Amino acid sequence: MGVEVVVEGLTKSFGKQTIWQDVTLTLPPGEVSVMLGPSGTGKSVFLKSLVGLLKPEQGKIVINGTDLVRCSEHKLYEIRKMFGVLFQDGALFGSMDLYDNIAFPLREHTRKTEAEVRRIVLEKMEMVGLVGAERKLPGEISGGMRKRAGLARALVLDPEIILCDEPDSGLDPVRTAYLSQLLIDLNAQIDATILIVTHNINIARTVPDNLGMLFRRELVMFGPREVLLTSDEPVVEQFLNGRRLGPIGMSEEKDQATMAAEQAHADAGHSDGSLDEDVRGVVPQLEPTPGLPFRDAVRRRKDRVMSIIHHLPYEAQQGIIASLTPEEQARYNVHATAPTPSPWPRQGGVL
Amino acid sequence: MTAQTTFPGAGALRETGKLCQLGIDVVRTSFRRPFQLREFIQQSWFIVSVTVLPTALVSIPFGAVIALQLGSLTRQIGAQSFTGAASVLAIIQQASPIVTALLIAGAGGSAICADLGSRKIREEIDAMEVLGVSPIHRLVVPRVLAAMLVSVLLNGMVSVVGVLGGYFFNVIMQDGTPGAYLASFSALAQLPDLWISEIKALIFGFIAGIVAAYRGLNPAGGPKGVGDAVNQAVVITFLLLFFVNFVLTTIYLTVVPAKGS
Repeated sequence: MGVEVVVEGLTKSFGKQTIWQDVTLTLPPGEVSVMLGPSGTGKSVFLKSLVGLLKPEQGKIVINGTDLVRCSEHKLYEIRKMFGVLFQDGALFGSMDLYDNIAFPLREHTRKTEAEVRRIVLEKMEMVGLVGAERKLPGEISGGMRKRAGLARALVLDPEIILCDEPDSGLDPVRTAYLSQLLIDLNAQIDATILIVTHNINIARTVPDNLGMLFRRELVMFGPREVLLTSDEPVVEQFLNGRRLGPIGMSEEKDQATMAAEQAHADAGHSDGSLDEDVRGVVPQLEPTPGLPFRDAVRRRKDRVMSIIHHLPYEAQQGIIASLTPEEQARYNVHATAPTPSPWPRQGGVL
Repeated sequence: MTAQTTFPGAGALRETGKLCQLGIDVVRTSFRRPFQLREFIQQSWFIVSVTVLPTALVSIPFGAVIALQLGSLTRQIGAQSFTGAASVLAIIQQASPIVTALLIAGAGGSAICADLGSRKIREEIDAMEVLGVSPIHRLVVPRVLAAMLVSVLLNGMVSVVGVLGGYFFNVIMQDGTPGAYLASFSALAQLPDLWISEIKALIFGFIAGIVAAYRGLNPAGGPKGVGDAVNQAVVITFLLLFFVNFVLTTIYLTVVPAKGS
């Protein structure tokens, strides 16, 4: 099973500029989590901090009992072997062809024979649909292929934690859907903890078990997917629906005057950029491809979420209960028609 | 790492500190197994291929200038018999390490810096670290060692080509006596001169490699940053090498007695 990643009070700044502060969350072992956020909110920085490429000023990142922020270089390299990271552009080694790129971690860290290396590499290449491109150099292939090759390379060591930096950027919707399916299938097969950083709403709605959002130097919320998908938080609502009305602006800060002007435009009938329907709400989660094992993470998460369900906002509770089968509802002793009053303020908050 | 103290020159001190840290890391890591032999050979070959021709072309006129200058000087003071001796001394002790340094920094170092810099901005270095492979062990150590090896070899080549150039210009252009030129070779020069020359080249190669790697691994954001980093690497290396040359020469002249004294 994948490992748990505990982040506590993490703060990162470059010089005087704070990227985000006091980020506290736990990536539950073996589950798929997605971190949303508008461009420039430090999602990639967060990801790089998790692998120790950047050193946050305050806080802790604990993996297997080791604090990544303060551990020795040697220890860091040991822990990194548990990670598989997919960088935004694949980050392939330009001087090696795809085969050597994907074989690189195996040759560096294992004593496998070249035949075994070949078997594993070809298996992973087939998994990401790159059969026949072994001898291509990274400069000769498209961005989507680079990305898939980067994923294959991240997977060869059977990582326990997989981090994906915007897996959808530069990919068409169909390839994005395939990639989402691939990640879910992977989770079913190797039960790795997965964190995906993205601003793709489709991925956020269908892929993860847990969903979080970064905005204005803070973690707006992080918790079971139903919480964010049903949230009334203005930022979340605006982001999920992709509209201009709301706290997120074109620049980092949006002032009152701009917001008022936009509201006036919208009142006068000018479209705010979103579709008419509200895409919030709990939609069915992506399932592993038929024939693959059931995702253990789903069962574990269900137990975990059901144990805290009475602390979740009302809409989230309803969404969760509605997604259960009648037997499960009976087992957990919950009913869609019997709302429990939420102790949470309606405008949501950090979970 | 809390708020960084700021006072005039703090930035420069910090950079110097980091440069030294990289130097120490490289020395420490170069003893770690497995040694990246393949990378080392490739890099050595690469550095040789970009430096050997320019070095030869620079050292011929360099030797010639020294020979011509000394030729006319010795004639003025009536010491023609020492022309060869002085020119050998000048070329081996000073000219050849300096020419080597210029070429290693200008051709080899800039290539190393540009290579590492472009890898850094393509996130290759990050990817390597995340894959649990130290870029210092894997990339920097072989490059620094290659720069050291090549500069020692280049130094030998510059000495030979420079002396030949000096001989040619002295004998052909200034009608010097070939026999006297050759016979006086060992009048002033001694074996330690050759040693210090090679030691200088070794140290120059190390410094050029470290500075190039340091600037390459820390470019200031984006492709333009890499260009700037290459530029800075060459300038910083030149400054350092001339200064180190001065220090080493001073030490050598103090420690090793001149021949015949």
